[in-house]
Amino acid sequence: MRIVVLVKAVPIVGNERLGDDRRVDRANGLEANGNDEYTMEAALKLTEAHGGEVTLLTMGPAAAAEALRKGLAMGAARAVHVSDPALAGSDARTTATVLAAAIRRLEYDLVFAGADTSDGLGGVVAPWLAALLGLPYLSYGSRIEPGPDGTTIQVRRLGARGYDLLEAPMPALVMGTQVLGEPRYPSLRGIMQARTKEIATWSLADLGIPAETVGAGVAGSRVTSTALPPPRAGATVVREAPDVAVARVIDFLAARRLI
Amino acid sequence: MTVRLTPDQVALRDAVRELADAKIAPRAADIDTSGEFPWDVVKLLADHDVLALPFPVVDGGLGGDLLTVCLAIEQISRVCATSGLIVAIQELGSLPLMLAGTPEQHRRWFPDMAAGRALPAFALTEAAAGSDVAEIRTKATRDGDAWRLDGAKRFITQGSVANLVAVFVRTDESPEARRSRRHLSCFIVERDTPGFSAGKVEHKMGIRGSPTAELHFDGARVPDANRIGEVGEGFSIAMRTLDRSRPGIAAQAVGIAQGATEVAAKYAAERRQFGRPIGDHQMITAMLADMATRTEAARQLLYTACDEVTAGSPTASRWSAMCKLMAGDTAMAVTTDAVQVLGGYGYVTDYPVERMMRDAKITQLYEGTQQIQRLVVGRDVLARGG
Repeated sequence: MRIVVLVKAVPIVGNERLGDDRRVDRANGLEANGNDEYTMEAALKLTEAHGGEVTLLTMGPAAAAEALRKGLAMGAARAVHVSDPALAGSDARTTATVLAAAIRRLEYDLVFAGADTSDGLGGVVAPWLAALLGLPYLSYGSRIEPGPDGTTIQVRRLGARGYDLLEAPMPALVMGTQVLGEPRYPSLRGIMQARTKEIATWSLADLGIPAETVGAGVAGSRVTSTALPPPRAGATVVREAPDVAVARVIDFLAARRLI
Repeated sequence: MTVRLTPDQVALRDAVRELADAKIAPRAADIDTSGEFPWDVVKLLADHDVLALPFPVVDGGLGGDLLTVCLAIEQISRVCATSGLIVAIQELGSLPLMLAGTPEQHRRWFPDMAAGRALPAFALTEAAAGSDVAEIRTKATRDGDAWRLDGAKRFITQGSVANLVAVFVRTDESPEARRSRRHLSCFIVERDTPGFSAGKVEHKMGIRGSPTAELHFDGARVPDANRIGEVGEGFSIAMRTLDRSRPGIAAQAVGIAQGATEVAAKYAAERRQFGRPIGDHQMITAMLADMATRTEAARQLLYTACDEVTAGSPTASRWSAMCKLMAGDTAMAVTTDAVQVLGGYGYVTDYPVERMMRDAKITQLYEGTQQIQRLVVGRDVLARGG
């Protein structure tokens, strides 16, 4: 089973800020998007159980390569980093187009994407990519396993009343959630081995994509304004003894029809 | 000179810190209160190859150099000194074998130690032979192709949980051998050896989860194949071991000091008195500045000492003694100040600094008291005229 896991290098959670151009400032340290670590873990478990290899794929600035190291230390076989100065400011459409071009150059049975990224939260790259590649798209996976004859993939999609069981022939694109399970800590041996694993860097020229078709200049979406949220109103603090406090909390919630 | 960590060392250090923060820090108070050896931490450190760090790659280890091992000890001790000591003892207990063992002996024991299946211990001290190591009374007598060990060791860290114990015993009673320091030999004693047993486990002020035990040898029969180095080489092996292991204790001390500084800094930023955070009161600001500066000074001396020891410096003993001396005294001073910054809250078990202060004390005592470190350094200063 050859699995390509999409990884986005996002600002370290808690350090996010916008640059003067209203775009996410990526100069203050990057890490792998949290949701991508869950799909990475699921991919590693699948290849450990059924054979195969995990390839990480990211598109981003030079510093994004460091975000791939952890996944390599966790056990991915290799990583591909698509990086080109012309890509700065690209929108979701360009991202999907470039990733699709990169994936076409890889051998794969499955492509995994995390549900949302902690910076942009657009949530459209994965389905867009599936459409461009003509792959079945299985979303919000909480569990991923091969079908009985090994030619299909089965995905549990959590819903309000249990889960749906999605099944599609491979190759396919699966979008996964945190319910897949906690990512492992890399072992020290894994970290040392990771430093010798290959991170291939591909430019737009490598992918045969003209520079003038990507980047901020041709972005179909743009940020028109940004603002910090207003300060929150003062919290109601209940300080009474538990018997009184419980009643007050219940009244508070009931008054707002929350219970 | 300055020590720049390599990208590998930075990556390993950060990984160990992350592991320590997530998995060991939440256990530290309980390990201290219960006084029970944290087998779960041993498993965690084994699963993540931390215990494999000091061993050669061919024997299943990671081939980490002394500084890399110390970085791991430092990061773990930052949150739990008992847990940091597990790594330090993996190094200390295996060093006699590393320094004087044969390749066959390495093949025989290192893979189990590297995988964390076997814990070693280092048994030098006796009830009447502490700083005066040459006074060791436990003896070994020839018995065909084996040796019979008789006597007792005291204050042996992890002595009661170790599978393999490096034991230093007297093999020559002659005054000439005693004078020339050729009267001791070193053996690896396996846990299930008949006649070998662990006795009383001490109740201690600090590092309370780390069992410190008496070891008894009552005619314990140890094959000659378990002898490390030549007959009579024991004293030299012990001294060379301590030259390389003292930085591990210095790393534990630096870690404790760093942990205490972090707790104090966080508290000083949150605790408000006289209308502002106490960290804004200059007497507290100054204490934090001194704590951080002393800790950094001890850390830099430790890293340089590791570099010197690894490079085979002719003054390795001095570097190693200096860094343990500096780091132990720093840990004691910084943790005492951390309790002071937290005031009454620092003195109670709601916060970890009282534990850190109790833990810090041992770093001034074991692997040679601070007085012994000063002797080592002072004599070298006199011999070299500076």
